[in-house]
Amino acid sequence: MAVMMMWEAIRRAHDEEMARDPLVIAMGEDIGVAGGTYKATQGLYDKYGPERVIDTPISENSFTGVGIGASFLGVRPIIEIMSVNFAWLALDQIVNTAAKVRYMSGGQLQAPVVIRSPGGTAHQLGAQHSARMEKVFMGIAGLRVVTPSNPRQAYGLLKSAVRCDDPVFINEHELMYNLKGEVPDEEYFHPLEGSEVAREGRDVTLFGYNISVHWCLQAAETLAREDGIQAEVVDLYALSPLDREGIRRSVAKTHRAVVVEEAEAPVGVGAEVMAVLNEECFFELDAPPVRVSAAMVPIPYNRRLEKAAIPNPQRVVEAVRRLLGR
Amino acid sequence: MNSADKKRVLREMLFARRFEERCYEAYVERKIGGFLHLYPGQEACVHGVMEAARPGHDYVITGYRDHIHAIKCGCDPKAVMAELFGKETGCSKGRGGSMHLFDVAHRFMGGYALVGGPFPLAVGMAKAIKMKGGDEIAICFLGDAANNQGTFHESLNMAALWKLPVLFVCENNLYGIGTRIDRSTAVVDQYKRVCGYGIPAAQEDGQDVEKVYAAARVAVEHVRGGNGPYFLELLTYRYRGHSMSDSNAYRPKEEERMWSRRDPIIILRDRLIEAGELTMDEYKRMDDEILHEIEHEIIPFAEQSPEPPVEELERYVLAENDPWVRGGAR
Ligand SMILES: Cc1ncc(C[n+]2csc(CCOP(=O)(O)OP(=O)(O)O)c2C)c(N)n1
Ligand SMILES: [Mg+2]
Repeated sequence: MAVMMMWEAIRRAHDEEMARDPLVIAMGEDIGVAGGTYKATQGLYDKYGPERVIDTPISENSFTGVGIGASFLGVRPIIEIMSVNFAWLALDQIVNTAAKVRYMSGGQLQAPVVIRSPGGTAHQLGAQHSARMEKVFMGIAGLRVVTPSNPRQAYGLLKSAVRCDDPVFINEHELMYNLKGEVPDEEYFHPLEGSEVAREGRDVTLFGYNISVHWCLQAAETLAREDGIQAEVVDLYALSPLDREGIRRSVAKTHRAVVVEEAEAPVGVGAEVMAVLNEECFFELDAPPVRVSAAMVPIPYNRRLEKAAIPNPQRVVEAVRRLLGR
Repeated sequence: MNSADKKRVLREMLFARRFEERCYEAYVERKIGGFLHLYPGQEACVHGVMEAARPGHDYVITGYRDHIHAIKCGCDPKAVMAELFGKETGCSKGRGGSMHLFDVAHRFMGGYALVGGPFPLAVGMAKAIKMKGGDEIAICFLGDAANNQGTFHESLNMAALWKLPVLFVCENNLYGIGTRIDRSTAVVDQYKRVCGYGIPAAQEDGQDVEKVYAAARVAVEHVRGGNGPYFLELLTYRYRGHSMSDSNAYRPKEEERMWSRRDPIIILRDRLIEAGELTMDEYKRMDDEILHEIEHEIIPFAEQSPEPPVEELERYVLAENDPWVRGGAR
């Protein structure tokens, strides 16, 4: 096991897949000569050339469409959208073409593209650079949505996504590219469905994904240390389809649930997980499940306001204490 | 085109006309649902272009007015009609409908309903062709109003920048639904809008299939020769409403009369008769055969075919048994 940063893990997955299959290409703004805003494609332009590591014009909807069109003929594009905020512009091609073409062609045509994009609230980037769009993508039939919380997942999810015949949206995080973690030395393919228990516990389940897994883990530490509460942390690295059985299994053990999401509450991951709890294990619950979500505001520039807008480990701790009546 | 080719194309265009007219009736009979966009008046466009290209070999993509494009690429008209009837035997297994015909085996890569959506898809297919080293080209047929989408400009830019083998065919029928082109578009001649991208472009009479063919040959040779994209504008007119719910009230009657005198089928027919290559009797026989085929083969096939099973509602959403979903074969 080598320890590497998230961006190195993503870069390694690109490199291995491109070395294996000449039809795997990378495309996006500034990913080639400049090496990528977050270095996820660094050095690949020199190795694979401009035909396969493509610096695109700033035309999100159309270059995404170009990738999708190429995938119709067997090319496997890994499309980087520089920031998820810009993915709003590409929704037409992602939703109306990639996600629907298999269905509306009666199974004749598929769009095996990978679309990677960093979202989330970073350091004072302001309202138009702080979007969290996972909730938008996870409600689209025909599209897989995964979101890594560590370098091992980032590497393995991208590897599997490239080979999978479905379009896969990989929701990354602006703040996590330098996060370090162990990645297997040998090739590793992470499943695109399911969930992982990131920490075992028996008193309450904290559901997180991407950055909020880390908030949950920190909160679990505090709860164990200060309150003697053993929280289980479930990492929902797959947001669509969601791991209903994994959600049920954990809550059948702990009987209490908190969902922690970086986005606003309405129509979000938390809302969906709570619906799954209702449908799968309502009678296992000892208390109503709780959401810890972002404020319903465009993300402000001011540092204090920005921090106030999104959840943090302390808020998770407080939510658990309230839930357990402490 | 030699004499035999011209007669075959005349027959194909007449078939296209009768096929669409029968769709109209079937829609009125409520056999067909949803939106239905018919092609009468524009037949010379797809036939002229595809005579110059290689149907079934070149990749074709278009919008929602797609029945005849699918058929010209080699899709069985029975499968098209069955699709319109929503049947399992339809070319998209009844899941697509009129606006989403597909026949990937014949490289008809689909009809898409979002105006301007296919532009980048065509560029992407051209990118794939170039990577794989084939001699195919990608052909994108769209209307005039589609050129007001951002995807038009973004896609032309990338096609030219990367010198990709894609032919853009603009079927300029002067209207986007009820809005005449001069009320939506600052520059009415569509081929002129392309010069900013350094793409060669031409404008041709879209009612004369021989002229379309000649212009398309230049275009196809350019693209297949590895010289990058080409834009061909064809001036044409649709004889019916935009879709079935449209009465055409916004079009001047004099304009409609003028264009009806330029019917692509009549132009070719009369030219062949004048040249002594066809008689009116032959033409009428041709028409009878076509009507017979539609009524006694195509419609019964569509009517008698089974509907898709409801148990398969959720099929084709995602790939079936894809091992990578579980992290590879284990
Ligand atoms: C993105 C989008 N906007 C609007 C529509 C509604 N719409 C359908 S067809 C059409 C007009 C398109 O005209 P044109 O491109 O000239 O093609 P034509 O119908 O004349 O063949 C419009 C506005 C749509 N389908 N998609
Ligand atoms: Mg038009």
